Amino acid sequence: MASKKDFVKFDKVDKSYDGKVLVVKDLQLDIAEGEFITMLGPSGSGKTTCLMMLAGFETPTNGEIYLDGKAISSIPPHKRGIGMVFQNYALFPHMTVYENLAFPLRVRKIPKDEADKKIDKALSMVSLQGFAARMPGQLSGGQQQRVAVARSLVFDPQLVLMDEPLGALDKNLRESMQYEIKHIHESIGVTVVYVTHDQSEALTMSNRIAVFNDGKVQQLSSPDELYEKPVNSFVAEFIGENNTFGGEVSDISEGKCKVKLANAEIIANPISVKGKGERTTVSLRPERALINPSTKMDNLHKGKIEEVIYHGDHTRVRINLLGNPEFILKVPNSSSNLDIKLGNEIKIGWNSDDARALDPK
Amino acid sequence: MSSETKQILTTDGIPLEVSLKKAEKKNKIKAFLLVAPLLFFLIITYVFPIGDMLFRSVDDKMVTQMLPKTFKAMENWDGQELPDEEVFAAFHEDFIKLVEDKREGKLSTQLNYTKNGFKSIIKKLRRASKKFEEGNYKEQIMAVHKRWADVEYWRAIQRRAPEFTGQKYLKGMDMYVNEEGKIVSVEEDRRIHRVLWLRTLEIAFFVTVFCFLMAYPIAHLLATLPMKYSNLLMICVLLPFWTSLLVRTASWMILLQQQGIVNDFFVGIGLVADDNRPEMMYNKTGSYVAMTQILLPFMVLPLYSVMKTISPSLMRAGKSLGGTPFVAFWKVYFPLTIPGIGAGCLLVFILAIGYYITPALVGGASGTLISNQIAFHMKSTLDWSFASAMGLMLLSGVLVIYWLYNKIVGIDNIKLG
Repeated sequence: MASKKDFVKFDKVDKSYDGKVLVVKDLQLDIAEGEFITMLGPSGSGKTTCLMMLAGFETPTNGEIYLDGKAISSIPPHKRGIGMVFQNYALFPHMTVYENLAFPLRVRKIPKDEADKKIDKALSMVSLQGFAARMPGQLSGGQQQRVAVARSLVFDPQLVLMDEPLGALDKNLRESMQYEIKHIHESIGVTVVYVTHDQSEALTMSNRIAVFNDGKVQQLSSPDELYEKPVNSFVAEFIGENNTFGGEVSDISEGKCKVKLANAEIIANPISVKGKGERTTVSLRPERALINPSTKMDNLHKGKIEEVIYHGDHTRVRINLLGNPEFILKVPNSSSNLDIKLGNEIKIGWNSDDARALDPK
Repeated sequence: MSSETKQILTTDGIPLEVSLKKAEKKNKIKAFLLVAPLLFFLIITYVFPIGDMLFRSVDDKMVTQMLPKTFKAMENWDGQELPDEEVFAAFHEDFIKLVEDKREGKLSTQLNYTKNGFKSIIKKLRRASKKFEEGNYKEQIMAVHKRWADVEYWRAIQRRAPEFTGQKYLKGMDMYVNEEGKIVSVEEDRRIHRVLWLRTLEIAFFVTVFCFLMAYPIAHLLATLPMKYSNLLMICVLLPFWTSLLVRTASWMILLQQQGIVNDFFVGIGLVADDNRPEMMYNKTGSYVAMTQILLPFMVLPLYSVMKTISPSLMRAGKSLGGTPFVAFWKVYFPLTIPGIGAGCLLVFILAIGYYITPALVGGASGTLISNQIAFHMKSTLDWSFASAMGLMLLSGVLVIYWLYNKIVGIDNIKLG
């Protein structure tokens, strides 16, 4: 796998629909062969537009897209050989499951016995053997989605695009489908470009995630890096939960900086701040802060418990800390010896490495 | 299904079905009361008059009631030779009564439908009957005119004896019951209705085809354009609906006449010579052009409503799976529009087959349809029973098409909106 680093390449791609607003700005993105890459972002961030340009349903206003080294802007969609799974499945309602899967094979003039073999294989891949004669209307949402996945793979494309394919499913089904798609990807090694606005979906499935906002890729990295080391406040805010402190850098040295808040000072890890006097937003993941830490931590402050919400495996505690009334802590319910009661004053500590000083909001 | 069905009871011990019926009774009454005014209106204005008209097409009581004694006397007549004195006496008695009531004119009209030539001899008989002496009516009546001595005319009278008749339907097909009681076609040069039926079917068929060819792209555009353009286009499609049918037809008369705008244009671009302008009106061309334009919205709207529900991602899916735009259209998009095509074609065809005003105004002699003939008999000849017979034939033609459509495409496959 990963034999080619730039199997798909977006080269300085711009896209505008009306000549006034750029939906995609100067997109530079390489996708390796066999990779599962997710475009993640809020609606209107340009991620679906990127996918449509790759599929050939939209043309880039500027720049070029390369697939396996070939420029594809002038190739019509039906000659690109890219499989695609659509948001609402887009199964042909007047054809049976078999005919749906046979469609891409028939237009490629693949002989019937060979086509039947491929269809059988594709159906068994999504565990839908025996459903070939059904009409799409007779299938549940999850089954329809699996047919759509099978159809996008049945003609052995090198690249499969998925446009929020699980958006219409309920939560449990969505989760099991996430694993199923991930396993299919792992077993056949096809390159997948996946678009979603659901961050947990992106974190679960992808090799790499491209976080889109405002027509630009904000960060492109592996799921754990994205979560642990966001490079700007948008990514920190968009992925997972996040506690923030807005302040001004008062001192900076040796990979540490001091940030002056309204009425206190904290030590943080300077990521996008360069010098004294800069405005910054410090981001800290809830699970990185501890109550009454046993080890020594370079940030230790007192806060008042404002709200306690029981969540089964953990308890969410909202604390008024250093002038931020929305400071969230997640306490595992196994450590029940802690004295978490509404109105109590508690000590909260965290390492300065985990407090990332990013661009101001 | 389980083999033994146990009666399910409610908590109070009443059978569930009884309880359910009771609970739903109030709603049913309410629902009925809501539709009752319309139902009442429909019965009075639709079911009753149409039923009455249809009954008229087979009703032949008028003559039966005007000549009761004659027909009674004719029961023993074999129809081979002239009837005997008994029939003539009975006929005389009936006729005198009619003359007293001043209804002999109606009789002559009715009998004339059956056989030409009755009008004058009945007039003569009325004048002569005043001087008739009692007894030997056969001699006296036969002396009035030689046709009264012709057995053909007495057979014609006898044919009007039954209270019900299907002869109007035969007439609608250019057929009649001849003297021997056989159903035969009328002479070649007098067959007008068959030509009209065929022309009606032909024009309705081609108007449907033209409407389909023109409406399909428009409907597709309507369904896929962004809202602000599609609204404008929709107004253009609906504009004809807001204009009077008469005004639209009259506009076509202005456009299509020999010195009209279309002809001027053809001459202007040198397509035809000025002294050889084609006739586009008062013939089939006129009917085709005007009817296609007028019926177009009835094709566009069902097509549009069906196309609107087809997700654009289906065409995209077809293309992304490797189908050329044509294959994607033909294998994916087109089959999904069939319910709309069926609805539109059925609607346009049925409307076209009974179209009246437009062919009457721009159709001329060669472009008129069967409905114009029906109107002619309603207004001019006052042969209402013949008009309603043809109306019923038209209706059954439509039902046959509907049945065929159901057999071929399936009526549940139809979609009007």
